[in-house]
Amino acid sequence: MLGVVRDFTKDQLRTDIPHFRPGDTVRVFLRIKEGDKSRVQEIEGVCISRKGGGIEETFTIRRISFGVGMERIFPLHSPLIEKIVVKRRGRVRRTKLFYLRQLRGKKARITELSLAQRRALDEKLSAAAEAQAALDAEAEAAAAADANEELEAAVESEPVAEQQAAAEETPEQEEKTEE
Amino acid sequence: MTLGLIGRKLGMTQCFDESGVLAPVTLIEAGPCVVLQKKVVSTDGYNALQLGFGDARENKITRPMAGHLAPSNSKACRYVREVRINDPDRYEVGQTLDLDIFEDGEKVDIVGTSKGRGFQGVIKRHGQHRGPESHGSMYHRRVGSMGMSADPSRVMKGKRLPGQMGNKRMTAQGLKIMKRDKSTNIIAVRGSVPGSANGMVIIRKSVKAKRS
Repeated sequence: MLGVVRDFTKDQLRTDIPHFRPGDTVRVFLRIKEGDKSRVQEIEGVCISRKGGGIEETFTIRRISFGVGMERIFPLHSPLIEKIVVKRRGRVRRTKLFYLRQLRGKKARITELSLAQRRALDEKLSAAAEAQAALDAEAEAAAAADANEELEAAVESEPVAEQQAAAEETPEQEEKTEE
Repeated sequence: MTLGLIGRKLGMTQCFDESGVLAPVTLIEAGPCVVLQKKVVSTDGYNALQLGFGDARENKITRPMAGHLAPSNSKACRYVREVRINDPDRYEVGQTLDLDIFEDGEKVDIVGTSKGRGFQGVIKRHGQHRGPESHGSMYHRRVGSMGMSADPSRVMKGKRLPGQMGNKRMTAQGLKIMKRDKSTNIIAVRGSVPGSANGMVIIRKSVKAKRS
């Protein structure tokens, strides 16, 4: 039954969100509507928490602006987010960085991942992405095979569609590995 | 009056509305429902459609029920309920109604049976306040005053007292349909709906919403 609920929100999930985790510094491009105009606001800060799953997943961005700590919570899959860019990969030892609230100045810094760690992460991500792409391609092929039985004319266009779908699926997989 | 469907509450989740804001929604499996019987003023004194919904095992229905289902050629249904309507001529016995009778963004009322809380005191049931727990108060969660004295010498009707809470027919009014999925017969309405998941609900066109 829960599966039904999950499936219902599936088409609202975004697949273009890059992998990031608490400790990473990200820049969020947020679409803001003012009257009939819309503009993009950029908010950069440290991700201090990710919470929930599926459509309900949110992340918290913390930054110090004009000497005052500011935190903002975004729904990860919000259509108002134009894009998210990962600026810096931080090395942290917990998943919720609320201790940063007590720290000021130099103490509130987060060390960046070393080159080796960075490489290991990238490798893990790309491997997972490949695995997912392979899985998706398989599923696509299976679906295509089903479709072919009904309609043989569609054969030519299938391989192209598969690759595209695989490419689109990649970012989604990146998120999954982190969890 | 208000055409409706019988459905099943599936559970709650969230979805983004048209302005991109995350909204709480309840998913309901709405129909398809078969019209089992038409009630009309001339024979029954009122106009209504009797609808059937849900699967039941064929060997579980009684012979009288099987006979009742026969004119509509319906398979055994678990729930049989009526919805009152004004125009019975537009519907046929045996016709199937599905979520197409609603539109996206339309306001609906949802009737369900609220979750049972059992016999509850006045604090949980009516939201009254409790007395001090200590300092010799001896008045903790009790019912307050019963009313006046020798005049009127009785407790007023409607005095809020402990008793059964929940497990009672409730209607959530004016809920907006956020999304419909024809392939799975799922309707998402904004907000919460009486009852637990898997509970039977009736989805009706809203009686209070302004018609455009």
